[in-house]
Amino acid sequence: MDVVISGLLLGGAYALVAMGLNLQYGVARIMNLANGEILILGGLAAFWAFVSFGLSPLLTLVIVAPLAFIGSWAMYRLLLRPLVRRAKSRGQLEVDSILATFGISFFLVGVMVSLRAEYFTYSFLATPVHMLGTTVAANRLVAALIAAAIGGALYVWLNRSRPGMAVRAVAVSPEAAGLVGIDVDRISAFAFALGGAVTALGGCLISTFVTLDASSGVIFTMKALIIVIMGGVGDIRGAIIAALILGLVETAVATIIDPGLTLVAAYAIFLAVLLFRPQGLFGQGNA
Amino acid sequence: MNRRNFAIASAAVALSFAFAEAPQAQEPIKFGMVAHLSGPLAGGEAVTHLPNVQLWVEEVNGRGGLMVDGKRRPVEIVQYDDKTNPAEHIKAVQRLASQDEVDFMIAPYGTGFNIAAAPIYARYKYPLVAVTAITDEIHELTAKFPNMFFTLGSTSGFVEGVTNTLKTLQSKGVIGDKVAMVNVADAFGIELAGVAREKFKEAGFNIVYDKSYPLGTPDLSPVMKGAKAAAPDAFVAWSYPPDSFALTEQAIIEDLDVKAFYTAVATAFPAYGGKFGNAIEGNLGAGGVNPNTDAMKAYRKRHQDVTGKAPDYWASATYYSALQVLEQAIEGVGKVDREAVTQHIKTNAFETVIGTIRFDKHNNSERYWSVGQWRGGQFVAVADTGMGDSVAPVAKKGWK
Repeated sequence: MDVVISGLLLGGAYALVAMGLNLQYGVARIMNLANGEILILGGLAAFWAFVSFGLSPLLTLVIVAPLAFIGSWAMYRLLLRPLVRRAKSRGQLEVDSILATFGISFFLVGVMVSLRAEYFTYSFLATPVHMLGTTVAANRLVAALIAAAIGGALYVWLNRSRPGMAVRAVAVSPEAAGLVGIDVDRISAFAFALGGAVTALGGCLISTFVTLDASSGVIFTMKALIIVIMGGVGDIRGAIIAALILGLVETAVATIIDPGLTLVAAYAIFLAVLLFRPQGLFGQGNA
Repeated sequence: MNRRNFAIASAAVALSFAFAEAPQAQEPIKFGMVAHLSGPLAGGEAVTHLPNVQLWVEEVNGRGGLMVDGKRRPVEIVQYDDKTNPAEHIKAVQRLASQDEVDFMIAPYGTGFNIAAAPIYARYKYPLVAVTAITDEIHELTAKFPNMFFTLGSTSGFVEGVTNTLKTLQSKGVIGDKVAMVNVADAFGIELAGVAREKFKEAGFNIVYDKSYPLGTPDLSPVMKGAKAAAPDAFVAWSYPPDSFALTEQAIIEDLDVKAFYTAVATAFPAYGGKFGNAIEGNLGAGGVNPNTDAMKAYRKRHQDVTGKAPDYWASATYYSALQVLEQAIEGVGKVDREAVTQHIKTNAFETVIGTIRFDKHNNSERYWSVGQWRGGQFVAVADTGMGDSVAPVAKKGWK
């Protein structure tokens, strides 16, 4: 039971990391290597608000999400749309966007280092919660619950609403979506901005239990990449399930076998997915 | 904005840190520094090294500079970012030596970087007064690189400090013989855990839990649950900053009831005290200082006044002292002559904020604090080598 609960909580944190990238890559087709830096920016905001004003990270969330939405929207409009316009194929857009966002990630690291080069660490809800015969940290529990809420809301919105359907249509085929009168450009910008907002929210929550610093974004980008590819690009359900599997496997290995082998286990299941189901758990196959 | 403009913009951001300007009447003495401004070690560099360089430059230039050739010359720092990448680091050192032609260099952050850069310092005959470099290879290294000096102790010295601290607590009846030990799975943690395994056993301790975890593990709760299940009397983690924070937080959540709780790097950081408040009263960690000497008190105040933040309770003061060694040696020689300065460092004693530093025939200063304990908001040394001013460790009383 220990393993299941701790694993689900860790999976919840991973889902926070991966959902944003999934929207950005799945819909807007931007492989955003600056995703981890956006996450750290969210964490930095939460840290700064907490330390300077004693503001709860749960309140900071409410401020950070719209700011990250606007920031990501502007980033897409100003910096990435020219790439989208001139790309002749999906492959070219991926290469271009990888290079561009790689550059953006350095820029953001530079900005954050100038704001705060030391670790961002503070204590928020670092209290034990006893549930189902085990002990968990309240901050991890809150993060996992919010991850579940965000994931659920996104899933319902994408599958039950009209704009959600338009987003899914763009994810499946931008050309066909354009033909039926969907403003692909606008939807892509929206999905990218929404992805940025979700990522920054994740950063706020993760900063309550992981010590971050300006340079730790790349770790989260890597994890998000693995989860998105495992789950299937453009599928929120897939990202969440892949995140939970990763969390459960890592915790099980750490508890039952050896904490030293968690990374090995994570990459082993990643390899297994790539070998046996290269389109990801919920992927549609190559369009 | 295109890609090239981005590169320029980020370079501009990086470069904006690169110059500590000073009004210059005399030609400045240039000091090269390759820092980790980004990357995994940037957090530690920003706590322990950078503020001390700022403080030192301000103090030296406040006096008009260093006295050489009968006149005062200001000091100037030429700094590059290596992104915590050893290959970039070496390139930057090479560049400082051959293109910027700096007069001296100040030591980098981290054992691996000091050792990796040692050959190139040796080639250009720069004295390297290393601080944040802890190894058991001091004798071999200084035999090979006679311009290299060590100030913060050896791996064995550190483990002995921890062993003696636990021994003292055991003899007082505070703890029994059961120790849970974990380490971060990288060179630093593996080397310390390896030495500790032997020394703890020799001292009669029984290691009831012994695991490693990868660097950057996001959830250490399985580790802490495992350690707790082993019902230890003492907990020792050879850990890095993010995991020192995470392990302590997990110990609070799991209510790990031990009378001795040790985490390695970052326990001495002001942020550790800031994060946990009173919960960490009695926690043990790497480092510690004697905060009660006049020199240390004055240093801590100046550090706070000039840089706006408190120094850590470990290598900060030693790093500042290493800069003082360099400063006194240069003024002692009275010339910008690297070989003469190296010789001067070998043969003289230096008055610093951590007391007198004198190097033995292996270029090693055998005076350092090795274990500290949080007591009433300060991290006080409870074990040392050659300092002789640490206080007796006490039991940790719960997490409140």
